[in-house]
Amino acid sequence: MRIYTGKGVYGAVAIGKIAVFKRKELSVKRFHVEDRNKEKKRVEAAKNVAREELQDIYDKALKEVGEANAQIFEMHMMMLDDVDYNDSICNIIETQAVNAEYAVAVTSDNFSEMFSSMEDAYMKERAADIRDISNRLIRKLQTDKDENTLEMDKVIICADDLAPSETVLLDKDKVLAFVTSHGSSNSHTAILARNMNIPAIIGVGDEFLQEISDGVSAIVDGFTGEIYVEPDEKTSKKLLKKQQKDEEKRKLLQELRGKENITRDGKKINVYANIGSVENIGAVLLNDADGIGLFRSEFLYLESKDYPTEERQFIAYRKVLESMAGKRVIIRTLDIGADKQVDYFGLKKEENPALGCRAIRICLTRPEIFKTQLRALYRASTYGNLGIMFPMITSVREVEEILSMCSEVKAELINEGVEVSDKIELGVMIETPAAAIISDMLAPMVDFFSVGTNDLTQYTLACDRQNPEIEDFMDTHHEAILRLIATAADNAHKHGAWIGICGELAADTSLTERFLRMGIDELSVSPSFVLNVRGAIRDIDLTK
Amino acid sequence: MVKKEIKVINELGMHMRPAGILAKRAMAYNNCDITLRVNGKSVNAKALMQIMSAGVKCGNTVEIICDGMDEEMALDELVGLFEGGFGE
Repeated sequence: MRIYTGKGVYGAVAIGKIAVFKRKELSVKRFHVEDRNKEKKRVEAAKNVAREELQDIYDKALKEVGEANAQIFEMHMMMLDDVDYNDSICNIIETQAVNAEYAVAVTSDNFSEMFSSMEDAYMKERAADIRDISNRLIRKLQTDKDENTLEMDKVIICADDLAPSETVLLDKDKVLAFVTSHGSSNSHTAILARNMNIPAIIGVGDEFLQEISDGVSAIVDGFTGEIYVEPDEKTSKKLLKKQQKDEEKRKLLQELRGKENITRDGKKINVYANIGSVENIGAVLLNDADGIGLFRSEFLYLESKDYPTEERQFIAYRKVLESMAGKRVIIRTLDIGADKQVDYFGLKKEENPALGCRAIRICLTRPEIFKTQLRALYRASTYGNLGIMFPMITSVREVEEILSMCSEVKAELINEGVEVSDKIELGVMIETPAAAIISDMLAPMVDFFSVGTNDLTQYTLACDRQNPEIEDFMDTHHEAILRLIATAADNAHKHGAWIGICGELAADTSLTERFLRMGIDELSVSPSFVLNVRGAIRDIDLTK
Repeated sequence: MVKKEIKVINELGMHMRPAGILAKRAMAYNNCDITLRVNGKSVNAKALMQIMSAGVKCGNTVEIICDGMDEEMALDELVGLFEGGFGE
């Protein structure tokens, strides 16, 4: 048994035989031509065929891996039409009186070298795109029809690296896994493998390819990034078990997709997803969440070097709302301070940041920042079903101030002729003991509560979340926390508000039944936990 | 000729997607020369590979220069693309 290690880019186990990916070598000869215009016309004709092929690949990728990943082939079509790239090909034909294939090959070398020599890791990878389109063009010039096809059934594809179009064109039903000796997490192979749900390991090193051959048995563990060639019996057994377990889990979850979040006795619970950036929406939809229960708006502030403008925020919020197509989207206003620091806010160093100027406290002391965010949110409100929630509430006065700012912003926008939805729900987070205890006073003021269990635990148990020394004292199932949540749930319902939980505890399926018995209406969890929670809900019978 | 300076807010800089969108939109202005000046280099905004090869990073300032027919309109549209982070 030999073990090679690389970087696992998709966690799953594959057991099977190796197939070394063979690329038809392109050999390009340089020869003199008399009719330069004819060569140029050949390039145009080849480009047309290549463009059609790319369109087909784009369509295939669109179906299999989604728009975001298919876009690369749209870019390839654009590269094919790039002015400089084409000028270079024509110039070489014109000045050297050589054949089209040669002109494309030289251009390919020059352009890919330019990208390889760039410092940026992402840009370096783009050399592969140049080679991919150029090789396609050369193949078309040589009127080569065959793409790479696999003869064997169900194999582990091993290659030095795979061009994006090569990855997409492989017959998915025959691929058990990808292993490449090169490549990075930025490479398309990695990205596509993740989206095709195929275990993949990249960067296993050069010796790997030299030491394997077609038909040799192997096991790929995408979780650990290990590939076992000619595995011994013990390893085979162990990994077979791992594979079965993983597949069972997947199957179970797959069965739950499209199902309702409904208890045995018929009570419907909303299971939403927590996300931190626009890019996560794909995962929300994939895992079949009913909506977004917590959209952390901080990323807009953390990723920029200055206060994000109203326009930039508006575009991000609109995108989330549009992507969720009318499903509820709850956006939490700025929650920085404590463990999330942003330089340009110029916040003072605090002895005790968790108890300091953070979240809503910043918003209320610096209303200009808060107002920009509220304006962007209200402007985006017509694009979907928006809820806005405010973090770190401790008093009625804070909520009064927030609500009056909201009305002010709304009136201002209407005055400016901007359309604003009148169905926006406003809610507060219950993440301080104070908020839970006065939840009877807060409930009449809002449409919903959302319990942030991480901070609620920290503040209730007086345990610093960041301090690993006291982990043993941080009992997340502590009766005090559960009682505070129950109090908030009772008070919410008395005043016609709904209540959800968006902290980590929401995904803890050992508590799901307890939460449901309290009357919790919504659980918001990381996208990958949505189906787990759905499974737990469907097993509960509240009449028993 | 009209021009304007603008900051790049895209996290990954002008990677393939934003560069592609920019080139595509710029190409729509047939009779207008559009140049980007960044990091001491001048590149043709209609040429995808040139834009990418300029290695524009997040936080870089780019000067957009439009010269020709509909130059105002072109400048407005391209500035808008940068401001909106190319929809990312």
